[in-house]
Formats: sequence, structure tokens, C-alpha cells
Amino acid sequence: MRPAQIKAKIISNKRFKDSYWHLEFESRLIAESALPGQFVNIKVADGVEPLLRRPLSIHGTAGSRVRLFYEVVGAGTRLLSNRRVGEFLDVIGPLGNSFSLPGKLQGVKFQPPILVAGGMGAAPLVFLAKKIRSSRPLVLIGARTKSKLLCSREFKALGCQVKIATDDGSGGFKGRVTELLIQLLRQEISSVRGSAIYACGPRPMLKAVTKIACENNIDSQLSLEEHMACGIGACLGCVVATKSGYKRVCKDGPVFSGKELTW
Amino acid sequence: MVKQVKPDLDVRIGKLDLKNPVMVASGTFGYGEEFVDFIDLKKLGAIVTKTITVSPRLGNLPPRTCETPAGMLNSIGLENPGIDKFIAEKLPSLKKLDIPVIVSIASIEDPDEFTVLARQLDKIKEVSALELNISCPNLHKDKLISQDAKDTFELVSLVRKVTGKCLITKLSPNVISISEIALAAEAAGSDAVALINTLGGMSIDVDKRQPKIASWSGGLSGPAIRPVAVKMVWEAHNKIKIPIIGMGGIMDTQSALEFFIAGASAISVGTANFINPRASIEIISGLKAYMADNNMRNLSVLIGSLKACKD
Ligand SMILES: Cc1cc2nc3c(=O)[nH]c(=O)nc-3n(C[C@H](O)[C@H](O)[C@H](O)COP(=O)(O)OP(=O)(O)OC[C@H]3O[C@@H](n4cnc5c(N)ncnc54)[C@H](O)[C@@H]3O)c2cc1C
Ligand SMILES: Cc1cc2nc3c(=O)[nH]c(=O)nc-3n(C[C@H](O)[C@H](O)[C@H](O)COP(=O)(O)O)c2cc1C
Ligand code: FES
Repeated sequence: MRPAQIKAKIISNKRFKDSYWHLEFESRLIAESALPGQFVNIKVADGVEPLLRRPLSIHGTAGSRVRLFYEVVGAGTRLLSNRRVGEFLDVIGPLGNSFSLPGKLQGVKFQPPILVAGGMGAAPLVFLAKKIRSSRPLVLIGARTKSKLLCSREFKALGCQVKIATDDGSGGFKGRVTELLIQLLRQEISSVRGSAIYACGPRPMLKAVTKIACENNIDSQLSLEEHMACGIGACLGCVVATKSGYKRVCKDGPVFSGKELTW
Repeated sequence: MVKQVKPDLDVRIGKLDLKNPVMVASGTFGYGEEFVDFIDLKKLGAIVTKTITVSPRLGNLPPRTCETPAGMLNSIGLENPGIDKFIAEKLPSLKKLDIPVIVSIASIEDPDEFTVLARQLDKIKEVSALELNISCPNLHKDKLISQDAKDTFELVSLVRKVTGKCLITKLSPNVISISEIALAAEAAGSDAVALINTLGGMSIDVDKRQPKIASWSGGLSGPAIRPVAVKMVWEAHNKIKIPIIGMGGIMDTQSALEFFIAGASAISVGTANFINPRASIEIISGLKAYMADNNMRNLSVLIGSLKACKD
């Protein structure tokens, strides 16, 4: 689906907890064509400050509505959180490629896909989980501490099996989500081989996931973040190193196969 | 009822006739492909390609961009597929647009690369003009060609010898006297000058105590540099006779008008394409409306129409 620049009416914009917000806007075009992994690029305020758009993943769609899940981390996201219901947002989307959905492996015992979410990385993975819920994904969510764990209720509501990891042990497995992943793959090697691993989160986590997937001979798909000026593939600003040279995170990504990346 | 004039937006840049004076700046529009979803490219006055070099270039290490107050820094490092692949893969779709295509070219080491590129492009009918990028701040050079009047004169003369095509020389704002450099380009046979390329800039992450972009420093663009650009256009306009293509922080019709009034015959929209992909098209209609409102039949009335302050 080709992206478009639209003025989209804000249907809701609510604090969920702490600095985390949910925003819903009206756009039939984006809602009906968006694929998991894609994002929108938003001009959070009129004028030149801040100058650039802010990229946010599509968290979900319902009818003609698009749902975003964001954390207020700086001036741009703060301005977004001040935008009111009924106002119009300048949105470009849907942008980027998308996760390739798990294929049916012939002659292999059914394996659930594994989703690994670190921090805000849960945002696009909820949309993915919804699209592939029939394959009963196993979701691993990681955070520093229990209060920072995101979206476990949403994943559960979609029928996913959810396991959590916190660095300080305040919830679930004590340690990194990637350590939990290793443990699971080791323990339950026969039952949880995983048809594919989908991950989104901080870069060190994604690198670790890529390595683990590779060692276990499982396909991995990572959703990357990079600073973006245009978000549509024109400026060559958001590149990541791959086996076939630099690729644009905004256009050739944000989803890349672990095998492809050479970061 | 007052009869409104129908303004004419056509303008001549050296050997090049444009149906309107709004183009898109090199490096901010790729090769056009990314913008077809948002605008009708055929409406543009001209398209300037990302700078092309003889050999393919990977470009600089990421991160390559960061936001700054009312602007941004970039250090792309002229990532491009090289001239052969450009001609084979990018030019065909540009040709089909039926609007003037201006190919931006640069050398990395040897100035002779400019002549290699110019010779090759000279043979292609659909290439309407060449823009000499002698002002890219992201190649880790101590000195740019366009930071020296003599170097500028020599380089433009060199290219002038090998092509009859319209030559536009793109200059850096990081100089003591822009008119001195513009005069050198004019004397060497450049048909026009493009003002300005990005200004050298730097931004630091104080928590990490690291530069925000991997190449330490980069080129500043966007509204933050507009006053610098407008002044340079005005200064050059007072000294040279060849047309000026003005750019630097043009976001909308108002900011585009500043450049025309200061003396630009055409303008380029750069960073604004990233924020509003429709900016260039909106400026074309905004210009028309402004001229009609002010009873201007053609652009020549507007260009360089700056007056002294009076109360
Ligand atoms: C494809 C993609 C999808 C994203 N999805 C989400 C999401 O669903 N929810 C969410 O909360 N965040 C998401 N992010 C991160 C989000 O874009 C940044 O948090 C946001 O741009 C910060 O803006 P700011 O002005 O509040 O912060 P500042 O730090 O003040 O921003 C300064 C500049 O840095 C850029 N920037 C800062 N952090 C990031 C980052 N992590 N990635 C890219 N650019 C950054 C900003 O866009 C801006 O240009 C996503 C990023 C990308 C690239
Ligand atoms: C991301 C980016 C890439 C650029 N690449 C080039 C380039 O390849 N060649 C060139 O001559 N100018 C390049 N420029 C400079 C622009 O063409 C323009 O001169 C400058 O950005 C000022 O205009 P603006 O403020 O409207 O962007 C680039 C600018 C940006 C922001
Ligand atoms: S942000 Fe411009 S190419 Fe990706």
C-alpha cells in the first residue's frame, strides 16, 4: 500500500501509566492497509520547532482507527501528549516494510513463533501478535523492573502465552529477556523450537536475539529504530549496515532479517 | 471589479527554460521516486538529483542525521550508486517526467572526475543541466573547492571546456565573501550559481559526551540557516549578472518570496521536503497567488525587488 500524507482526527489521547500514552486517530486509509511492523511519521506541532516528524509504530487498528502506543521521552513526544481529542494530526503513513508472517513449515511439528519485546518494543509486536494469533505466539517481555513491563495484558488477551523477565527480578525471570530466551530454547528444545523469532527493543537486545537465533538455526526478524529526517527513503539518513551495503531503516526496513544485518 | 493579472511563472536560468522557478534541492529528493506517492512531479520547475560521483559511494557511518533548533545536521557523505548505475537505473524514470533534470555531480579526490562525469552526461539529451557540487561539507576535507575563488575558477573552467550544457555552480556559505566566489564562477563561464549548500555544524550529546552524528560534524540545513542564505543571495545578486538559484530553509511561500525579493531567479526546496513532501507544490501555487495579489505579471518584477527600509 502506498503511503499518504493526511490530516487525521484525534479520537483519543490518554495517559496509560507513568509516561506511557495511547493515541488513536481516524484514518480509514492507514487502518485498512497497515501491516504489522509499519509505522507512521507525525508532525507533532505546527511550525519549525520541533522541525522533524516523529516516527511511531502502528500498535493496532480497529475499523477506521489507528492506535499508537508511545512513551514521552523528549520535547516531541511531550507535545504529542498535549494534543487534544478532535484536533487534526499531520500524519504520513503507513511507512516501511512489515514483518513477514510465519510460513507453514511442511513436515515439521507445529512450532509457535516467538516474540521478544524489550521496553517500548512491545508497541509493534502487539499488532503482529493480533495478526498471527491463530499460531499461538509465545511472547517474552523484558524490562528493567516490573512497573516498566508493557503490554502483557494485551498479549494475553490475544491468547498468547506470555513470559516475563526483569533485570531486578521484581517480576518473572530475574535477568535479561535474552537470557530467558536462551533458557527456554535450551529447556524445551523439543516443544519450543520456534518457527521464527520476531523482536523489537533496544539495539543491544536485538543484537543478542540475532545471535541466539543464529546459534539455534531459527529465522529472526528485527524491527529497528534509527534517527529519521524524512521517513520516506529520500535522505539516506537512517541507514543500517547489511550484507548488501547500507539500507534505509525507514524504507527497506524497519524490519530486517537477522541474517542480513552486519551491525 | 479589479481585473486580476494571470501571472507568468516561467523563468530562464542560463540556457535552461523553466515553466516555474521552484525546484527541489540535491540530496533532499533522492531521484524523485520516493515522492510520487505525495505529489505530481511533473508540476515541478526542475528536479535536481542527489549528487553523483564516478564510482559508487557507501557514504558515511550512521548515525547520519540529528535534529537541531529549527534545523538539522546531516552527514550522508554523498552515498550514491555511481554514474553508470545512475544512468542505467535512475535516469530512465526521471526522463519520463518530462521536466528539466539537473544532475548534481562531484569529485572525491581528483577534480578531473568532474570532467569525466560532465563528458558522459553531456551526451544525454534529457539531462538539462549540470550542478557542480563543490561545496559538500561531508567529505572530510580541510578545504572545499568553493572556499577559494581561484580553485572555483579553475574547476568551473575545466568543466566548461567539456560541456555545452547549462552549468550551475553550487557554493558553500562557509566563506569570507560569497560574492568573490560567485564572481569567480561567473568569470569561468558558469551559467548560474546555486546558493547555499549546508553550513558546517556540530551537535553534542552531553550525557554520552559524543557527537550526535558519527562523522563528528555535518551540514546544517532548514529554517535555522535561512537568514544566512537570504543575505548571501542578496550580496551575490548585487555583484553578479548570472541568475541565482536560492535555497536554505525555504519552508513555504513566505520564505520562498524572501529569496526572490533578495535576488534569486529560482529557488530550491530542500529540508522542507522531509517535513512536508508537498512543500514545493504548495509554493508554486502560493507564488502565483502572491503575484496575482500584487499585480505582477511576471517573475522579473519580483526578482531583486528589495527596497531600502523606510517608515
Ligand atoms: C520506526 C520507528 C518506530 C518507533 N515506534 C515507537 C513507538 O511505537 N513508541 C514509542 O514510544 N517510540 C517509538 N519510536 C521512537 C520514537 O520515534 C522516539 O521516542 C521519538 O522520536 C522521540 O522524540 P522526542 O522529541 O520526544 O525526543 P527527543 O530525544 O527530544 O528527540 C530528538 C530527536 O531524536 C529523534 N529520536 C529520539 N529517540 C529516537 C528513537 N528511539 N528512534 C528514532 N528517533 C529518535 C527524534 O525523532 C528527534 O528527531 C520509534 C522509532 C522508530 C524509528
Ligand atoms: C540530508 C541532506 C542531503 C544533502 N545532500 C546534498 C547533496 O548530495 N548534494 C548537494 O549539493 N547538496 C546536498 N544537500 C544540501 C541541500 O541541497 C541544500 O543546499 C541545503 O540543505 C540548504 O537548503 P535547505 O535548508 O532548504 O535544506 C543535502 C542536504 C540535506 C539536508
Ligand atoms: S529517514 Fe530519510 S531515508 Fe530514512
